[in-house]
Amino acid sequence: MSELDAFRHEVRLWLDAHCPAPMRELTRGEEDIVWGGRRWAFRSEAERVWLERMAERGFTVPTWPKAYGGAGLSRDEERVLREEMARIGARSPLESFGIWMLGPALLKFGNEAQKREHLPRIARGEIRWCQGYSEPNAGSDLASLQTRAEDRGDHWVVNGQKVWTSYADQADWIFCLVRTDPAAPKHRGISFVLFDMATPGVSTRPIRLISGKSPFCETFFDDVRVPKENLVGELNRGWDIAKYLLTHEREMIGGGAGGLLGTRPIGEVVAELAGSDGEGISDPLLRADVMRAEIDTLAFALTMDRLRDEAAGGQGIGARSAMLKYYGTELNKRRTELMLRAAGSDGLEWEGERSGGGRLARDWLRAKGNSIEGGTSEVMLGIIAKAILELPGA
Amino acid sequence: MLTLTEEQGMLQEAARGFLSESAPVSQLRALRDARDELGYSRDLWRAMAELGWTGILIPEEHGGLDFGHMGAGLVCQEMGRTLAASPYISTAIMAATAIRRGGGPGQQARWLPAIAAGEAVIAVAVDEARKHDPAGTALRAQASCNGFRLDGHKTFVADAVGADAIIVAARTGGEPGEAEGLSLFVVDARAQGLDIERTLMVDSRNAARLTLDGVQVDEADALGPVGGAFELLETVLGAGRAGLAAEMSGIAQESFARTLGYLRERTQFGRPIGSFQALQHRAAHLYCEIEVAKSAVLAGGQALDRDPTGAGFLVSLAKAKAGEVARLAVAEAVQMHGGIGMTDAVDIGLFMKRARVAGEWLGDASFHAGRIARLRCF
Repeated sequence: MSELDAFRHEVRLWLDAHCPAPMRELTRGEEDIVWGGRRWAFRSEAERVWLERMAERGFTVPTWPKAYGGAGLSRDEERVLREEMARIGARSPLESFGIWMLGPALLKFGNEAQKREHLPRIARGEIRWCQGYSEPNAGSDLASLQTRAEDRGDHWVVNGQKVWTSYADQADWIFCLVRTDPAAPKHRGISFVLFDMATPGVSTRPIRLISGKSPFCETFFDDVRVPKENLVGELNRGWDIAKYLLTHEREMIGGGAGGLLGTRPIGEVVAELAGSDGEGISDPLLRADVMRAEIDTLAFALTMDRLRDEAAGGQGIGARSAMLKYYGTELNKRRTELMLRAAGSDGLEWEGERSGGGRLARDWLRAKGNSIEGGTSEVMLGIIAKAILELPGA
Repeated sequence: MLTLTEEQGMLQEAARGFLSESAPVSQLRALRDARDELGYSRDLWRAMAELGWTGILIPEEHGGLDFGHMGAGLVCQEMGRTLAASPYISTAIMAATAIRRGGGPGQQARWLPAIAAGEAVIAVAVDEARKHDPAGTALRAQASCNGFRLDGHKTFVADAVGADAIIVAARTGGEPGEAEGLSLFVVDARAQGLDIERTLMVDSRNAARLTLDGVQVDEADALGPVGGAFELLETVLGAGRAGLAAEMSGIAQESFARTLGYLRERTQFGRPIGSFQALQHRAAHLYCEIEVAKSAVLAGGQALDRDPTGAGFLVSLAKAKAGEVARLAVAEAVQMHGGIGMTDAVDIGLFMKRARVAGEWLGDASFHAGRIARLRCF
């Protein structure tokens, strides 16, 4: 038996013994995600136990080093773990911006003390993080951000406003881009700092979206005191970290769309919504659009596999994350459009149990933001044109 | 792993080097301008045989390399880049697959070494109407003497002109539209009653309409079970479709590369036109589509190597996606080249023409999307 087979065997036994039965049931969506954090209220004992056991094994962040709460797995081992979890339908024990974004950034740019302080808490789901990037006047042109951090000797004082901060109202800490040198060219005066959302002067206000939901907030900083040691990486070089994280985020948003799309064939979903009782899709235009979406979805899922395989061989994804972000989010918009079309007037019900609280309509509206958040489709195309195709600047 | 093996990577490099040297686009142009009878160069075909490419799907005991469909696809992709004309897909891919998988020992011994050596060209005749429809085969094969008598016609038969033999799909039973009752026969190209009329196509390559009027074949000329050859035919078509998908991927990549070159070079309003956002975004979108098509083509080729008879779904995905993307790539290429893209002097139009034929051959995107939908039950 190869080492990987032995690992698979071990993981299979462990998962079988430790994954509680309710955690093997299909997730319904957003409402079954465990985000963790100081204020997290577990919805069941199974949820709590599952997180605790997985965190103990380092399996909430399997590729992070053991010293920081991970399991130190190789990419191949991580794939095995994912496959074995999928085999029994095990839910993810924990999702968070700490796992997806801050963790990788700290592993690359953080100092030893920062890694030891923050990473294990992320791994155990004890601290929930949010991301302070966009501002009212810094959207696509993120580097023009104005939130100021002034040097007061042993600490910084932060003033300004962020917007589109995901779940800021429920987060414990924030990783935040701030301007530390207003005189420098815009990319050169930005730093990356961490602070507790409970610090005096921090306030949040949820933003109501067209979907009726509020996954984002406005976040205000009014003379917020931030200790000097909370600076990550070099002073005024925060843009390097920001870029690294954005690449990561794009891969994740695009990939997330791909994963979601891969779960059930769009044709099957649409046929069911159209109530066609196994007769296929009778509307010819809808059927044709579904066929196209199905082909693009399948080929896109293969593309994510291919890029992952190439990355494992040492050729990083790099600027191609912009492609994943662009293609994946545009596909997700198409998918929700098709689902709503198939459902007809049923899909337009906004409230009530029959429509799952207007799930189809709300998902359709929410998806419109996919091609805006984390860099618009147009920004992605611009990145591809310049960084990959090397077309000349204006 | 959706990546090439080291050997596959080396083959791709070698094919790119050889074809850009020995079969550049100017060769196709010269054949077209000379109204060449075959539409391809016999010297090129011989050279491809010397490199072993004609035997890429043929077992070693019959003189082949047995390198697999992925490898065959890489050769096709590189042929797409230079628009190299040859009977590669019909003979080295489809006929070789048909005889390897459906031929008896005698047929294999007779044909496979000859294909590998570049000495035999064999076309595959399936379509009878303007759209691809293998189950719709109506050409009759009636029992007569020690074999069958073939009557009917075929259209869009690539590489039939100058071929040594033609593999003909015929109906020994059942009705057009049914999979049941289909048979495949190897017909000598000089057989009495067989008329081959060259049809000059938009891509300037070798294609023909066939009329079979009482063509006599032996029972021993059948490939696969008489009356039950549909599965074999599907395997043969699958191999050809994967090759065409790879060729179209190559066409898309090359016409895109040429378009990018033009966007950097061409100056209007005092700046390179590639600096205009309207064109940058279209180019970037096309880049994404080409990357996505490449993945589908790779997965289709790998699926055939895993299971030549069970790869229909992924091969259809590859053919449908590569077909749509090649169509987009050549259309964008002509548009972004502007007026010069409309001239015969520039090669871009030749890519557009070949992409169209490769897209139609063995099923267009609609055909393959329909198959995917049926397999996905909607």
